[in-house]
Amino acid sequence: MSIRVGEAAEAPEFPTAAKRLIQDSQIRRNVRHATDVIRGKRNRVVAELDDWEQLRASAHAIKEHTLRNLVRYLEQFEAACTNAGGEVHWAQDADEANQTIVGLIQAEKKSEVIKVKTMTSDEIGLNTALEAAGIIPSETDLADLIVQLGRDQPSHIVVPALHRNRAEIRQIFRREMNLPALSDDPEELAAAARAYLREKFLRVDIAISGANFVIAETGTVCVVESEGNGRMCLSLPQVLITLIGIEKIIPRFEDLEVFLQLLPRSATGERMNPYNSIWTGVSPGDGPQRFHVVLLDNGRTQVLADEVGRQTLDCIRCGACLNACPVYQQTGGHAYGSVYAGPIGAILTPQLQSMQHSQTLPYASSLCGACYEVCPAKINIPEVLLHLRSKVVENRDAPVYERVAMKIAALALKNADRLSAAQSVGRIAQKPFERDGVIANLPGFLRGWTAVRDLKPIPKQSFRQWWAERDQSK
Amino acid sequence: MTISLFITCYNDTLFPETGKATVILLERLGHTVEFRAAQTCCGQMHFNTGYVGDALSMMRSTLDVFATAEVICIPSSSCVAMMRDQYPHIAQSTGEPALINAVSRFLPKVFELSELLVDKLGITDVGAFFPHAVTLHPSCHSIRSLHIGNKPQELLKCVRGLTLIELPDARQCCGFGGTFSLKNPEVSAAMLSDKVQCVLETRAEFCTAIDNSCLMHIGGALSRQRTGVRTVHIAEILAATDAGAIQ
Ligand code: SF4
Repeated sequence: MSIRVGEAAEAPEFPTAAKRLIQDSQIRRNVRHATDVIRGKRNRVVAELDDWEQLRASAHAIKEHTLRNLVRYLEQFEAACTNAGGEVHWAQDADEANQTIVGLIQAEKKSEVIKVKTMTSDEIGLNTALEAAGIIPSETDLADLIVQLGRDQPSHIVVPALHRNRAEIRQIFRREMNLPALSDDPEELAAAARAYLREKFLRVDIAISGANFVIAETGTVCVVESEGNGRMCLSLPQVLITLIGIEKIIPRFEDLEVFLQLLPRSATGERMNPYNSIWTGVSPGDGPQRFHVVLLDNGRTQVLADEVGRQTLDCIRCGACLNACPVYQQTGGHAYGSVYAGPIGAILTPQLQSMQHSQTLPYASSLCGACYEVCPAKINIPEVLLHLRSKVVENRDAPVYERVAMKIAALALKNADRLSAAQSVGRIAQKPFERDGVIANLPGFLRGWTAVRDLKPIPKQSFRQWWAERDQSK
Repeated sequence: MTISLFITCYNDTLFPETGKATVILLERLGHTVEFRAAQTCCGQMHFNTGYVGDALSMMRSTLDVFATAEVICIPSSSCVAMMRDQYPHIAQSTGEPALINAVSRFLPKVFELSELLVDKLGITDVGAFFPHAVTLHPSCHSIRSLHIGNKPQELLKCVRGLTLIELPDARQCCGFGGTFSLKNPEVSAAMLSDKVQCVLETRAEFCTAIDNSCLMHIGGALSRQRTGVRTVHIAEILAATDAGAIQ
């Protein structure tokens, strides 16, 4: 099996990538501005609902129930979808999914496809596989189009081009659409994209989509979006291929009631998405006449097997945790080396890859808990981060200096006598580094700390010494 | 009431003034304070970095030390969060009924300092005097794990002479995160610089918190940048009186 999450296995480690990115003033400004705006909108519309916490609890309960009965619900979906005229394919990993999709397009004798925004297709590297087979994929989500035309990587799961500003988008469009006179006026930019895409909507006869939710009971698929470009892809072509991670399933149609309240408010700060496309199989004479579903595992069943990690699969990809995360706000999404950025990326990417790659991601968090606070599916992200850290240590994949330092600290904290002894050693050891009452220049792995912060030296008397002295003089 | 102090390893070592202030404050309020000298560390640093086995030993010894204590006061919300959020899971994972029981007997006795004062002892005016402009950094653990609410602010508002200035973007993390600040020093520094900017905007003389870990971090940058703004643990403000305010 070849489980891949985009190019995550080859990507530089988080601290290295982050170090480079936080020096990019343009990206930082763009990311800060965009996340601040979305966060503000999200907080306002969430505050409107009195039952927000109950909705979160329901979402969590529905997802947990579904995951515990996943096989049953997947089979139920397969039967219902097939019954409604769809065809269901199963893919164990990225390669199998790509081969299936390429095969379906070739069977239709087509060499071009239009795409609705789908992070899952980025996860399996679908565009690269299509291009290798001589098939041209065109992204139709505006942000995805910007990323594709800019030969760039997505930096946010909801707003993939969040790291770009208007001026940069104008540059990309000018170059790729051959429009040298284009200004950076938002309306002009949107009009350029509309003209560019409309030609494709009318010509290309096969579309690829992802899904936000799939309903076991009825075999229904649901895609929500803001632009209407998705709706074009879902309704104009004759053939539709929908790629779905197996965790996207929910049991009943009425469960949408919960999720369609949570998702738009969390994702874009809207009360409802402008376009909610919900369809079941094939309707003769209306919309796509051939409908394929590819159900993707790609490491998900392994995540499911882990008691603590399992909740990661509750994710509805709203991106709220990214916008709330103070680490993401500083670095943007590219530091995470994965199509899944931010807190959800930090727990999903390494788990999908069986903890074989991206092991610095669980440490890319100060554990401030802002992600858990906003997550509409109530995923306890800090808990999963800690769980994954313990796995990194268990696998002996932690850096040597850290293992040694932690061992020494554990020994020093074993009992009070040892702690007192360690405090005395510390007082002597810090001497060479002390200047004007502060420590400003430590070596080794402590250097990063004192690069921008002074450290207070260990004072002459510890609390316990003070207490002992006071006790005696009583 | 006899109150047993858990001073935590880094307060004991680096910030003894906080422990002393806690003792002075609680005694001034008429309570008997004890310090069990066998205590060391709650295990937070090891647990948060992935060293669960080491954290488990520290949890065992902490439970032993405080088995007979009535009320335990901890002037550090991150250590309290470690105990409340993690001890039950760590105990569960051993499958030892005795340990699981020990944790459930231990936790109801644990109070962070402002919880102890406001919830358990029912006081907000502790008779303190601190004639300075102060801003409060609500640490992540205090708001998202302990759900401390406005308890620290209520206590500070009753301090005579003190002007409390609201911190902009207060709920944003300072970027410390324990070993996070060593593993990702640049990102941590970037978060810190945002926090420092907010602190400076208040024009306060002191930045306070219920955690010395954040204060060590914020204070480190305030000192390096020669801002003249100092950090002080809330216990030290609450312990200060006309007779002995820190200067
Ligand atoms: S983890 Fe939660 S907050 Fe983050 S994207 Fe998934 S559902 Fe949204």
